[in-house]
Amino acid sequence: MINKKNIGLFIPCYVDQFYPNVGIATLELLEKLGCQVSYPLGQTCCGQPMANAGYERDTIGTTKHFLNTFKDFDYIVAPSGSCVLHVKEHSPTVPGLESEQYATQHKIYELTEFITDILEIDSIQGSYPHKVGYHASCHGQRGLRLASASELHETPFNKARQLLQQLDGLEWIELARKDECCGFGGTFAVTEEALSVQMGKDRLEDHLSHDVEIITGGDMSCIMHLEGIARRNKTPLQFKHIAEILNEAIS
Amino acid sequence: MNHPTKAEEFLSDGANAKWHDETLWFVRDKRDSSSKTVPEWEELRDLASRIKDNVLDYLETYLLEFEKNAKANNIRVHWAKNAEEHNQIVLGILNKHQCKAIVKSKSILTEECHLNPFLEKHGIEVVDTDLGERIVQFLNQPPSHIVMPAIHLKKMAISDIFHEKLQTEKGNDDPYYLTQAARNHLREKFLAAKVAITGVNFGVAETGEFVVCTNEGNADMGVHLADVHIASMGIEKIIPKREHLGVFLRLLARSATGQSITNYNSHFRSPDTGKEIHIVLVDNGRTEQLAREKFRNSLKCIRCGACMNTCPIYRRSGGFSYGSTVPGPIGSILSPGLDLQKHSSLPFASTLCGSCSDVCPVKINIHEQLYEWRQEITKAQAANAKSISMKIANGIFAVPFAYKISAGMMRGALKFLPDSITYSGLNTWGKQRDLPELPKETFKQWYKKNRS
Ligand code: SF4
Repeated sequence: MINKKNIGLFIPCYVDQFYPNVGIATLELLEKLGCQVSYPLGQTCCGQPMANAGYERDTIGTTKHFLNTFKDFDYIVAPSGSCVLHVKEHSPTVPGLESEQYATQHKIYELTEFITDILEIDSIQGSYPHKVGYHASCHGQRGLRLASASELHETPFNKARQLLQQLDGLEWIELARKDECCGFGGTFAVTEEALSVQMGKDRLEDHLSHDVEIITGGDMSCIMHLEGIARRNKTPLQFKHIAEILNEAIS
Repeated sequence: MNHPTKAEEFLSDGANAKWHDETLWFVRDKRDSSSKTVPEWEELRDLASRIKDNVLDYLETYLLEFEKNAKANNIRVHWAKNAEEHNQIVLGILNKHQCKAIVKSKSILTEECHLNPFLEKHGIEVVDTDLGERIVQFLNQPPSHIVMPAIHLKKMAISDIFHEKLQTEKGNDDPYYLTQAARNHLREKFLAAKVAITGVNFGVAETGEFVVCTNEGNADMGVHLADVHIASMGIEKIIPKREHLGVFLRLLARSATGQSITNYNSHFRSPDTGKEIHIVLVDNGRTEQLAREKFRNSLKCIRCGACMNTCPIYRRSGGFSYGSTVPGPIGSILSPGLDLQKHSSLPFASTLCGSCSDVCPVKINIHEQLYEWRQEITKAQAANAKSISMKIANGIFAVPFAYKISAGMMRGALKFLPDSITYSGLNTWGKQRDLPELPKETFKQWYKKNRS
């Protein structure tokens, strides 16, 4: 049995600033699943935007702060595959804190994998009568392996789908390109603006042509980008983080 | 010119860009299905990757073994430190045979060495005999893809070129008709050439033989009609034993086009009586790359092109947007090693989605190396502000959430970037995208009110 009492919630900086509802949904969802969760108030950005832009070496201070902030928790859970991947694989080694860092990298989980793999919950009871299209964020998909990759010869699985498809009335929509990148890519969204937007439009088109009502996913950064394009073009699509759907469906 | 600018240009013809994306996706799709017919696909990749690791660890030993065995087979072996030496060696052989016209096939390495313009300057006619290569040669363009050199051209564009160069019927874009015209045209060239140049897919250390893989059979046609065969081979193309070919040939064809096997896998072992085979072993920056611990893996590449077909950037920006002989993801980790400044925008021409690493038949961690090159480029920039493209510098901190990061963290980077650059990119975000609406409170504020 895992100790559900000592779980640290890590809310990525942009979710804190722009998408408080996603933070709230994550917290409430974990609570409904029997977890005791706290959110250490001193937390800041994990350093991913800097590191992906080529300044990993300048994120030692941030990484150290992160390790100290979360050192006393049994688990760290975040509603973002991308930030979790960063903490696990790209945060620079902090001299003197090697063992804390090792421990942190092995106790941090993206929300859906925490539910399926640690809480070992296969399905969530609830109702959500909508046509849902799932956007697989690449860092969750190929970085954390939250779902089988279309490139690999492996047995198909998808942790988000496992949780969503049990909901009453939810229709999981199959896409033509189920794990193609949306073109967000952090820095890329601006340095390669034209490409980034085109990739986003192409993803939206795939969802639209399959009659998706709501696009969901595990990373708000991808969704911020997709939603930004959709709004600008008055595209009739809704966007929700998977935590919002699960939390709403249960209640 | 940097990648973002060329990508934008490419995308400005929306219909063409869509066609390009779909054409390459089709190839990737074929690769997916074909690889899934092999139950042990992932084990094969693993095996191939480990064989190549071993090759890189003992490269010198295998090369010397290869040289010894090739010489024993009457092959003449030359060593070229760089492109210049390679070209001089080839020219020397041509001069000795008083050869003024050659046919060439299947060699990205000769592109890398810019052999064609070099030979043409010395009065030698070079004819590329791969259909796609011949097409881009007619247009004076470099190949835009390493396996499908003319993939950026539609059928009608090819029909127009053939009409102009080979006097085919105007407007006839029937592929069979055009191929026949090319064959007739090339046949004359094959018959006239005394020397044929090919690339090498695999050099087998154990036997001193080498293998060239083509779908058109033109390498064989060229070589068998000529008196002299010159094979240009990158030093990383070595494999230890002939039995390893079984692993690589199965992976190569499926990864490249989805075929189960390439049409012609031709083994060259020793020259016929009265004929000559030369091998030029080319370094051209490879030993330097081998010495870069984080990037040496890139030398495992077997040039299948799968990472290009799968790359969402390549598919939407075309091969020419990379400005390097090898485009796409693998090119973006090879090229900075050759000229960091010139290619500094390439490692940023990626979302780090990781699809390239997952399709790669020899399991090169391409996207991780892109990440590592970014670290190198910004370091070089600290030493020399011009080494990073301004377009990149502009965007680095401009994504809406990035400017919220703590001042302490930005200090290092900010030393080298003026403030105006740091913040100006926000406008770029908003050009074609809405910004998220600012909520009335942050999560932190909500939490303080509701939970603590
Ligand atoms: S890097 Fe891998 S996928 Fe790309 S061309 Fe080389 S072998 Fe093929």
